[in-house]
Amino acid sequence: MRSAHPGEDALDTILQLVLNGLAVGCIYGLVALGFVLIYKATELVNFAQGDLLMLGAFTCYMFVVWYGVGYWVALALAVALVALFGAVLDATILRRVIGQPQFSVVMLTIGLGAIFRSFASIAWGSEIYTLPTPFSARATRVAGVAVSHEYVSIIVGTVALCAVLYAFFTFTRVGLAMQAASQNQLAAYYMGIPVKLMFSLIWAISAGVAAIAGVLLAPVSLIDINLGFIGLKAFAAAVLGGFGSIPGALVGGVTIGLIELFSGAYLPQGFKDVAAYVVLLVVLAVRPQGMFGAIVRKKV
Amino acid sequence: MRFVFKTSYAQDLEIFRDDVQRNWYVALLVGLLVLPLLIPAYLVDVSLVFIYGLCGISLMVLAGYTGLVSLGHAAFLGIGAYTHVYAIHDLGLPWVVGVALACAVTAAVGVLVGLPALRMTGVYLSIATLAFALIIQEVLTRWERVTGGLKGKPVDKPVVFGIYLGGDAAFYFVCLAFLIGALWLTGNLLRAPTGRAWVAIRDSEIAAQSMGVNLAVYKTSAFAYSAALMGVAGALFAHKIGFLAPDIFTVLLSIQFLLMVVVGGLGSLHGALFGAVFVALLPVAISQARDAVPAWLSALASPLGKDAGAATFLAVDRFVKKPGLEPGLFGLILVLFILFEPLGIYGRWRKIQLYFSTFPLYKRATFRRQKSYMRSERLR
Repeated sequence: MRSAHPGEDALDTILQLVLNGLAVGCIYGLVALGFVLIYKATELVNFAQGDLLMLGAFTCYMFVVWYGVGYWVALALAVALVALFGAVLDATILRRVIGQPQFSVVMLTIGLGAIFRSFASIAWGSEIYTLPTPFSARATRVAGVAVSHEYVSIIVGTVALCAVLYAFFTFTRVGLAMQAASQNQLAAYYMGIPVKLMFSLIWAISAGVAAIAGVLLAPVSLIDINLGFIGLKAFAAAVLGGFGSIPGALVGGVTIGLIELFSGAYLPQGFKDVAAYVVLLVVLAVRPQGMFGAIVRKKV
Repeated sequence: MRFVFKTSYAQDLEIFRDDVQRNWYVALLVGLLVLPLLIPAYLVDVSLVFIYGLCGISLMVLAGYTGLVSLGHAAFLGIGAYTHVYAIHDLGLPWVVGVALACAVTAAVGVLVGLPALRMTGVYLSIATLAFALIIQEVLTRWERVTGGLKGKPVDKPVVFGIYLGGDAAFYFVCLAFLIGALWLTGNLLRAPTGRAWVAIRDSEIAAQSMGVNLAVYKTSAFAYSAALMGVAGALFAHKIGFLAPDIFTVLLSIQFLLMVVVGGLGSLHGALFGAVFVALLPVAISQARDAVPAWLSALASPLGKDAGAATFLAVDRFVKKPGLEPGLFGLILVLFILFEPLGIYGRWRKIQLYFSTFPLYKRATFRRQKSYMRSERLR
């Protein structure tokens, strides 16, 4: 459909890009949120976050396609399973390296990520799968822009999840205890907060968020064992938002998503794939504390 | 236990602690020199171990001695390899100049990466180097005029000063010479003021700065030195694999290098070499195990019944032939080493040595890690 005014076409393209960029950015934001939650609490950086996302997508796929469970039930089951897995991971393995040099933590989570990918390829095979969802391949035209339901589901899902998490951290006792445990472990212990349990719960939430992101992402990008590499771009989002700030992670994710889509449309080929990393390097070189500056230089 | 009683400053400058140690190294060197006569069929694999050794030393300087963890060292290897091949193949420069160029270009890139690294600490640096490596991989894919893009780039056999060195034995000695050179240079550098400054930065940046160590100079020099070594390794690596393609220099290769230094033992040159041997031998061991393990397990299960043996064989055989198993095994080894032997193979070797030299008096507590509480990097 050619429109009468040449300017309108460009506007439609831009709106389309904004919508898709927002959706992709929400996924980055959710993964980055997982990084930030864990980092704020335990100062560990979880390089396996993207692989938890992959596990979430695969688990949901397994329930929907292999066992014929409904989409919403499968989503709930996948999130619960991956969250439980995150908590077990913290209680058994990651707690042992708290306080050790950050290098060992980085290597440990990278190793865990490799194990997860290997597990996925053995359990589910290394083919590429599509997850059928209630939103698949449907679109509504709003003001000349094709609004795909998959993208809308991502945006709505992210907003809803953020609202739930915000309410949880601000209004519930457990949420407040978690905030306290991340702010000052020792003081939290004195107040009678079970800090270790809180950390396991934070890992569970973070893994559950990753699983939701994976299930939301699945209809847009196909499921395969390398889905987890999206975690690398989410690093850019987390750093851009200033690695310790939860709103920063989301804003950073959306920014990275928009930058990526626009550079794919208007810059030469190849820039789309590296745009996130270029932004990451520039931010680290120019303003390492990110947009929301939650990191301060260590003083003696 | 032997104590060396030093009576002059000249003794302090010796590379080896005493004659015994020196004789062991001489014996090792002689062994390596006669190796081509003993196992001519495996020389290519041993050359790869030497090249990995160079990579290990390079990353050990950066991660093990200066405390800057790079997740993008495969990119330096790639830059070195492509520069070398472009210089000798497309520009027609002599081989030695190609290696020197590879070294210089990677060192320059190392400085470029090192400069922003001044403002980052810990995990930020790892993330930044990771991003750098991903960008370089994309550049190698897209810059087709120089790199040949996805079609790849064939590598000529090495010809040095008109002498053909493409044979297995000749290439083996070239790699050995470079490895010994790098070891000698790095070993000396590490016990000189430069190396001490690097170690000081690793242990505490703030303390090092207060003692007058110029962080900017020493961090960038560590990056440049490490990258230059990687460039040399890249030039040799190009000849080893004979064909360059961008998908060789992936993040997975960088992680393999890190596996090397962690498994070998952080903070020792021995560790870099142990790790190189380990990483080079692991795929061989895995492929051997793929053939052997199903047979063993079916032999174990066969007393349970005639069918049990055959069924076990089939099930295990199908499991071990799955393609995704190998990276997972690498990951598992990494996790186990970090949890149970953070000092790596070299650390274990030191423990065994100490056990025998102090025989009845060995205390496990000598190597026990100090219990540490979480050291916060935030001040809020």
